[in-house]
Amino acid sequence: MFAAENGLKGDPRLEAISAAIRVVPNFPKKGIMFQDITTLLLDHKAFKHTIDIFVDRYKDMQISVVAGVEARGFMFGPSIALAIGAKFVPLRKPGKLPGKVISESYELEYGHDRLEMHVDAVKPLERVIIIDDLVATGGTLSAAISLMESQGAEVVECACVIGLPEVKGQHKLKGKPLYVLVEPSGLDEFC
Amino acid sequence: SLPKSLNKRESERKTADFFIFRSSLTMSGNKQEEDPRINGIKTKIRVVPDFPKKGIMFQDITTVLLDPKAFKDTIDLFVERYRDKNISVVAGIEARGFLFGPPIALAIGAKFVPLRKPKKLPGETIFEEYELEYGNDRLEMHVGAVEAGDRALVVDDLIATGGTLCAAINLLERVGAEVVECACVIELPELKGRQRLKGKPLCMLVEYR
Repeated sequence: MFAAENGLKGDPRLEAISAAIRVVPNFPKKGIMFQDITTLLLDHKAFKHTIDIFVDRYKDMQISVVAGVEARGFMFGPSIALAIGAKFVPLRKPGKLPGKVISESYELEYGHDRLEMHVDAVKPLERVIIIDDLVATGGTLSAAISLMESQGAEVVECACVIGLPEVKGQHKLKGKPLYVLVEPSGLDEFC
Repeated sequence: SLPKSLNKRESERKTADFFIFRSSLTMSGNKQEEDPRINGIKTKIRVVPDFPKKGIMFQDITTVLLDPKAFKDTIDLFVERYRDKNISVVAGIEARGFLFGPPIALAIGAKFVPLRKPKKLPGETIFEEYELEYGNDRLEMHVGAVEAGDRALVVDDLIATGGTLCAAINLLERVGAEVVECACVIELPELKGRQRLKGKPLCMLVEYR
């Protein structure tokens, strides 16, 4: 569900966040309007708003784990974890994590990829939120949910800065709530 | 008179199973009294033998991230050091620099700029090559992210040979920024990376020998 429909309607911070996101046409390939959050990270106020909104939402929900999807989930997740007193768990591409891992496959447009997590990172019954910069089909987040559930943890919510049209109207992903701050930005490109 | 603890040195013992880290918060070799939070951080770093290949003792910081106090202390130590130094940009090196850089940037009011492997950044980029053990790799930065006159901090989880950090410094200097310091959680001093930073100071929390 979008933040504007869930208590933050008219919140000027959402507009600032949306305005700070740059659209790059035809990346990584023709026809894709890439939502570039690096410009959000350059705008200290808007970046802080992004973190504050997530922190306000999760700080009283007894969340013990924030899991972030490599690599852009790493740019948001740790700050949220620090502010709410939770552990941060990186979910990584294959071969990056040095210890013993579990992995889950997910589909790409052509082929598959895998998401890995350290086996000792999450304990049964822990309450988890999963963070990424953007949700499109939900394939990566679904793989992340599977990883958590395989360890007996409870995914409380998935949270993303941007939600593509495919997820509009979808309140749940694999049965888990989905919380999104903004829709994709328009055609304006910041130079 | 100086307190006794300023002259005390932790001894290093190697056992079959674990290493005790001698650690200090230093700038260009100047030793300061060890902050009590550093011990808590160093005990959380997990050493994984033979990763990514035989002979390498990999310094795993994911276990620090699993301890909210140790992770917070890590960030606080850097924030306390940099908050009054007018840093306008924190540049973090993919991917583990992304774990530490943004919280520091947010706390000190700076922009965060990701320095990434090739072809990840969507906009116009500049790149700097650096040497690997076999072959080269590249570090990329978005054009326009950093401006002339920006005062920059470069962040990564660890400094080994210093090759990646040197590439980062080059990228920032090419666009006219001033690199104030490099900040790493861990240093491998025997690899002498500190000498490859174009004269820039290094701040680290934990040494591994």
